[in-house]
Amino acid sequence: MHITDILVTGEPIIYGAMVSMALVGIALFFLLTYFKKWGWLWREWLTTVDHKKIGVMYILSALLMLFRGGVDAMMMRVQLAFPDLGFLNSQHYNEIFTTHGTIMIIFMAMPFLIGLMNIIVPLQIGARDFAFPYLNALSFWSFFFGMALFNISFVIGGSPDAGWTSYTPLSGAAMSPGPGQNFYLMGLQLSGIGTLATGINLMVTILKMRAPGMKLFHMPIFTWSTLVTCFIIVFAFPILTVALALLTIDRIFGSQFFTLTGEGLPMMWANLFWMWGHPEVYIVILPAFGIFSEVIATFAKKRLFGYNVMVWSMIVIALLSFLVWVHHFFTMGAGAFVNSVFSISTMLIAVPTGVKIFNWLATLYKSKIEFTVPMLWSLAFIPSFILGGVTGVMLGMAAADYQFHNSYFLIAHFHYVLIAGTVFACFAGLVFWYPKMFGHKMNERLGKWAFWLFFFGFHVCFFPQYFLGLDGMPRRLFITNVVEWLPLNVISTVGAFGMGLGFIVFVYNVYYSFRYSERETTGDSWNGNGRTLEWATTTPVPYYNFATVPYVDEIDPYVRMKEEGKTTFEESKVKPIHMPSYTGQPFIMMAFLGLASFGLVFEWMYVAVFGLLGGVVMMIRRSFDYDDGYYVPVEEIKRTEKKARGL
Amino acid sequence: MANSKKRVPMNHVIGFVLSLVMTLVAAWAAIGSDLPVTWIIIGIMILALLQAGVQLFMFMHVTEAESGNGHVPWNMMFHGFALAGIIVAGSLFTMSFGFDHDHGGGGGDHQQHEEQEQQDHSGH
Ligand code: HEM
Ligand SMILES: [Cu+2]
Repeated sequence: MHITDILVTGEPIIYGAMVSMALVGIALFFLLTYFKKWGWLWREWLTTVDHKKIGVMYILSALLMLFRGGVDAMMMRVQLAFPDLGFLNSQHYNEIFTTHGTIMIIFMAMPFLIGLMNIIVPLQIGARDFAFPYLNALSFWSFFFGMALFNISFVIGGSPDAGWTSYTPLSGAAMSPGPGQNFYLMGLQLSGIGTLATGINLMVTILKMRAPGMKLFHMPIFTWSTLVTCFIIVFAFPILTVALALLTIDRIFGSQFFTLTGEGLPMMWANLFWMWGHPEVYIVILPAFGIFSEVIATFAKKRLFGYNVMVWSMIVIALLSFLVWVHHFFTMGAGAFVNSVFSISTMLIAVPTGVKIFNWLATLYKSKIEFTVPMLWSLAFIPSFILGGVTGVMLGMAAADYQFHNSYFLIAHFHYVLIAGTVFACFAGLVFWYPKMFGHKMNERLGKWAFWLFFFGFHVCFFPQYFLGLDGMPRRLFITNVVEWLPLNVISTVGAFGMGLGFIVFVYNVYYSFRYSERETTGDSWNGNGRTLEWATTTPVPYYNFATVPYVDEIDPYVRMKEEGKTTFEESKVKPIHMPSYTGQPFIMMAFLGLASFGLVFEWMYVAVFGLLGGVVMMIRRSFDYDDGYYVPVEEIKRTEKKARGL
Repeated sequence: MANSKKRVPMNHVIGFVLSLVMTLVAAWAAIGSDLPVTWIIIGIMILALLQAGVQLFMFMHVTEAESGNGHVPWNMMFHGFALAGIIVAGSLFTMSFGFDHDHGGGGGDHQQHEEQEQQDHSGH
């Protein structure tokens, strides 16, 4: 075996990527060594179990993936606007749309939202960490190594190329030999462990660790959306786990679950995939709804209109999301009756979604709106998302879907819901809670530039795609020099670059704000408009979050606390606080499992067995680990609080 | 935490060994034995039920009493069963219902045979 056997060779773009990856790697190594930061990296980040730090790492990874997925997208758009340039060949194009889709959903949208949940949910319910902090670190590292594994595929071994849906029989061993599809299977499997564990972890945290007095129907709406999302995760992800495992066994050990031969059922993959896949799209939209609700209520300076209805509509959406999966394969050939049933259930889902839209509008109605950057993202979300929802209902009509299916109309639909929904929410949430995380706000002027560039870029990019779809342009096609399609494709590409520009301004703003933004002095960063408990903490948030946990028996408790002059520090009530200790075990355990997955990708069984054994040894160590954490002494709490509050 | 040091959780050890043994027996039945297929399937099914029993009674909280606010372990299990129902019934519904091979005068069937034949020819 020679190194060139597994490195991808012959593509100038990939050589460029290899060189730049190596350069970045060397630069990081050099910087960390030069500034003697290795110890810091290990002590402060790699071994942390603090939910706030883990959240920051999630968000950083997600931004990195947004960049990677974004570059994939730009490359596809260049190919489509200038088809005669021969920029990408068909194989390369296939690999790029596959990694783009997978990365954006699994390694960008979910970790971004999970990162925000990590940081904000415990603060919103008055908890000092997750229910299982060790498990939380484990989740992050499983996601991280899964992401790393998936991302190296394009330089080592070759990327998967069967679409993010990875339909069999195409993705089976017979038609996609080699490691490509294995990267998909193992990357998703590894990171899926983390997602499932986070689902359970947050569910327990929210159900068991709320501040005294806080009933479920007192919880902030973002926490509610997280809880509902966790239920979907816990019920939907096992289906993906099983489907991935079956396909892995098919590919690596030669079984025949999804093969064409040996009475396999290739269509069963599509069925299982979408049984997870549709709930998955709700996993990434419900937290987004939660974020928008928080932002809109804060800057409309009103209690969220119809709080109870908002909660119930989320619960109904969650239930319905398990009953519509067939709408992704109406054209597979089930009879008219089956399609009709799922057509109706699909359209039903638009009802609770519409209810939510009206509630947001009613919250805004006659309010004094403050046009901050997070509010701009949230306001832009409403009309944009409606366009996505309406076209979703069009797709939901089974008969019409025979025309729309797998055309650019579908592409436009899901980008309208995923970008205008999830991505806008990620930006809104990040800007909104940024001061809580980093102690300073993002610059508003640059933030507005980023917003307007991204917003216009988005519509210019995806609106024409509805019409491309209606003109018959199919998805996943790299030859598009059909004269009728060309003008719209060029417009769309211009829009895509507008979004890219917006992203660059956003990232520059991170740097700019770090250098120049005023440091926060109070915890209630948005002109004192905070309504929920996270704004009651000081900035920066002490690692134990709350010196004393307030008693809560209403929605938006911080509004009253401010009126009554109360804080989360009642000196007389301070007691020693029990905190979990940092540990390197999660990192090491998941590194072993990452190695095992890497071995399985190339079907090097010795590596796989070694990695798995390492993982098992780490689990056994964990079983006999009686570290109960430590207590923060009262003196230290008082000192920290007085300093933070300037008392 | 404190009492976890006191004694070995025998219940869990036995359950763990049992579930490993049953898994190995199932694997052997499928890969190594010469039993007729029907018996293998029946045997695996029975093992699966026993396996579920071990998990539920020796590891999960079926035997636990109702907790403070009236939550019984069956609560969550009910959701699990509902989901399993959706997956199994739903798959059967979408995967086998309405793929009409026998309707419309068997036209579909006919075509399939022809394709099959063509493929056979080109294969030789
Ligand atoms: C009003 C609510 C919605 C309805 C009625 C709806 C309906 C549909 C239908 C029928 C399809 C399949 C079309 C086809 O393949 O021909 C589809 C695809 C899709 N939808 Fe939606 N949708 C809705 C909301 C959402 C939301 C909120 C998201 C995610 C945030 C989403 C993400 C997607 C994705 C990713 C696909 C395409 C998957 C693929 O084939 O690669 N949809 N939608
Ligand atoms: Cu769907």
